[in-house]
Amino acid sequence: MLAYFLRRVLATIPVVLMVALFVFSLLYIAPGDPAAIIAGDQASPEDVERIRASLGLDRPFVVRFAEWLWQVIHGDLGTSIFTNLSVAHMISQRIEPTVSLMALTLILSLSIAIPMGVIAAWKHGTLIDRVVMMVAVFGYSTPVFVVGYLLAYVFALQLDWLPVQGFTSITEGVVPFLRNLILPSVALGLIYMALIARITRATMLDVLSQDYVRTAKAKGVEQKGILFVHALKNAAVPIVTVVGIGFATLIGGAVVTESVFAIPGLGRLTVDAILRRDYPVIQGVVLLFSFTYVLVNLAVDLLYTVFDPRIRY
Amino acid sequence: MRRRDFLRTTTGAASLLAAPRIGRAADSKVLRFVPQANLANLDPIWTTQYVVRNGSLLIWDTLFGVNDKLESQPQMVEAYEVTPDFKTWTFRLRPGLKFHDNEPVLAKDAVASINRWMPRDPTMGVPIKRQLDALDVVDDRTFRFRLKVSYPKLLFALGKSSTPVLFVMPERIAATDPFKQISDYVGSGPMRFKKDEWVPGSGAVFERFAGYEPRAEKANWLSGGKRMNFDRIEWKILPEAATAAGALQNGEVDWVETPYTDLVPMLKKSSGVVVDIADPLGNIGVFRVNHLYPPFNDVRARRAVQIALSQSDYMRAVVGDDEALWKELPGFFTPGTPLYTEQGGDYLKGPRKYDEAKKLLAEAGYKNEPIILLVATDVAITKAQGDVTADLLGKIGMNVQYTALDWGTVGQRRASKEPPDKGGWHIFHTWSAGADCANPAPYTGLDASGPTAWFGWPKSDEVQAKIAEWYAAPDLAAEKVIIGQLNQAAMDFVVYIPTGFFKAYQAWRSNLSGVVKAPFPVFWDVSKA
Repeated sequence: MLAYFLRRVLATIPVVLMVALFVFSLLYIAPGDPAAIIAGDQASPEDVERIRASLGLDRPFVVRFAEWLWQVIHGDLGTSIFTNLSVAHMISQRIEPTVSLMALTLILSLSIAIPMGVIAAWKHGTLIDRVVMMVAVFGYSTPVFVVGYLLAYVFALQLDWLPVQGFTSITEGVVPFLRNLILPSVALGLIYMALIARITRATMLDVLSQDYVRTAKAKGVEQKGILFVHALKNAAVPIVTVVGIGFATLIGGAVVTESVFAIPGLGRLTVDAILRRDYPVIQGVVLLFSFTYVLVNLAVDLLYTVFDPRIRY
Repeated sequence: MRRRDFLRTTTGAASLLAAPRIGRAADSKVLRFVPQANLANLDPIWTTQYVVRNGSLLIWDTLFGVNDKLESQPQMVEAYEVTPDFKTWTFRLRPGLKFHDNEPVLAKDAVASINRWMPRDPTMGVPIKRQLDALDVVDDRTFRFRLKVSYPKLLFALGKSSTPVLFVMPERIAATDPFKQISDYVGSGPMRFKKDEWVPGSGAVFERFAGYEPRAEKANWLSGGKRMNFDRIEWKILPEAATAAGALQNGEVDWVETPYTDLVPMLKKSSGVVVDIADPLGNIGVFRVNHLYPPFNDVRARRAVQIALSQSDYMRAVVGDDEALWKELPGFFTPGTPLYTEQGGDYLKGPRKYDEAKKLLAEAGYKNEPIILLVATDVAITKAQGDVTADLLGKIGMNVQYTALDWGTVGQRRASKEPPDKGGWHIFHTWSAGADCANPAPYTGLDASGPTAWFGWPKSDEVQAKIAEWYAAPDLAAEKVIIGQLNQAAMDFVVYIPTGFFKAYQAWRSNLSGVVKAPFPVFWDVSKA
């Protein structure tokens, strides 16, 4: 197990390197020029060229990539072209809101979607099943920003219960923390909930038709025990897989959610950096996201052994 | 869990969440302001973004400051003398000026700041540097310009509000290469920058500087006594227009610099929100053509577009049907300013002449070649103008190649002097702040010096001669005559085509007082009940 874990961790290095090279190449060939943005509308081409040279953007691709890679290997993600702050510092300023948003979304989604899926499977073919699936289809097909604006309109502007925007650290109290994050988490989590509820229902339907479930029923095991102890544990592997895959959806959704609710997280940092062509920041954040994604998938693989002891690495 | 326990828990949680908002606990000494854009850096010389200039106005003070009559008034300067030939200018700083680190502001700081500013200001700084014989420190509070030629407009240059503004920084900071960014934000303005609370893309905080001594006069734009009624000004970056509007309605912020036009009717109906014009000098929409290549290297092709272009179409696309926000502009200079003129503007008046335009295009030898129209689709104003242009060119029989890009890419591609079919371009749109179009000095877009002119590189000796005459004009009456002729010459040559004059709104909570109309947010004298 430990050997497998170490092997997988080591395997992330070439993956992250490939991502880094890919992103660096994309940014290199993409049109747009940070020097032109810095210099402004009235600047002369000569001024733009001087700024480009001062930022080192006039050097060949290989030199720039090698220099950046060398920095990264030494734990230095570089300095933002625009803010003159270190990329690591900028990421550290933004990581808490994003992690908080994702964690709350994950907790909310799992605690709602799994029971929804289980109940839909249990009440298969009934009105409850249809309602659950309708909610799931709605959640999956409604864009995050639409849900976000609707929630803000109803709960902030009309009912006056929650703020429209912002983020408060959990260190300043759980209540203000939740007040700021509850709407974004629901908006972001809706698509995730829909995905998990559907896969839970489908897997549970399959499991509930197995012989051992019929045996358990015949032995007089109560319904709750059958559903949540016997069946759900056996349905967990596909659910965990979807949770892992859905993490990418969560990252993409966080970009939009953070913009709609003005949460100063990594998603907004990425969008701002892309619009301004702040190459070191884009590279740093993408590297972090890809590394996290690889680790989440590793965690998913390891969780398989918890839910299904037959799986061995 | 029993049903009763569940209900008790959820109701309790809901009532906790519905507790009064912390943001609404009105603190009259804290102003929460939503700027027009993200404050990604704070070097007003290194970059010319208006949002950086606006933040810098709190941190750094200026030698002169412009008032609402566009007159340059002494600000850090106590007194000045000029020789009758306008070649030697001597300035004395006010006593008691202090930087935020409590060091005194000295003449050497002003000289170092001028030296950093000049090479980065193409409209006035560079010409002054070229004509400079010496810029000397006379004593701790006095410095002197000695110019090779007469330069009557020096006070305007030292106090201009268009970017880059000449801010006075400590010598050690001003010694930084003007093409490299500073990271030390010590100024002598009314507020100091809290670098430790700065999260680019999220917010910035300014704290009152106790050592600031305002001038005795009443504040007027960037001149006079800058008296702050707030201990803290918090800038909140809200990139989504609807979120900013919602936060204002909900009392989470006090002032939104540029609410989205489509949301203004809703804000006007909201209780506790005041909406008014932000900048009386507004903006001028710009239709810029490439003078280097056919068909627009021929004045007949440029004229064809000029006589077919309907400014009302452009303005309705840019700001909508609210006629308080726009007007047609048969001239190049800002309406409502002393030098405004319509001389030569008949090309843009009256019914549009599509048939005549087609005839002119044929005379210019246009044979349906693709016209590369660069449109920055991520900026609402340029997108709207680009869409109208695509329609207009179609109407006069041009073959439009609508090239949708983002603003960063347009900024790069418009610098290309390559032929349009080899990575160059024919047309792009932008807009100029009215404050920059009140006279020829900061007006880059009107420069027709050819290779050194702004993108599009127009070359007209007549236009350049009129600009030179304006610089030497002895008084306003003479300036007005010359500007009339300049407007005529620039219209005849079609340096570029103005697409109209438009303004924008600002919105604030009704418990805020003292908000003024200006080309920049003026924080002094604003207070909160």
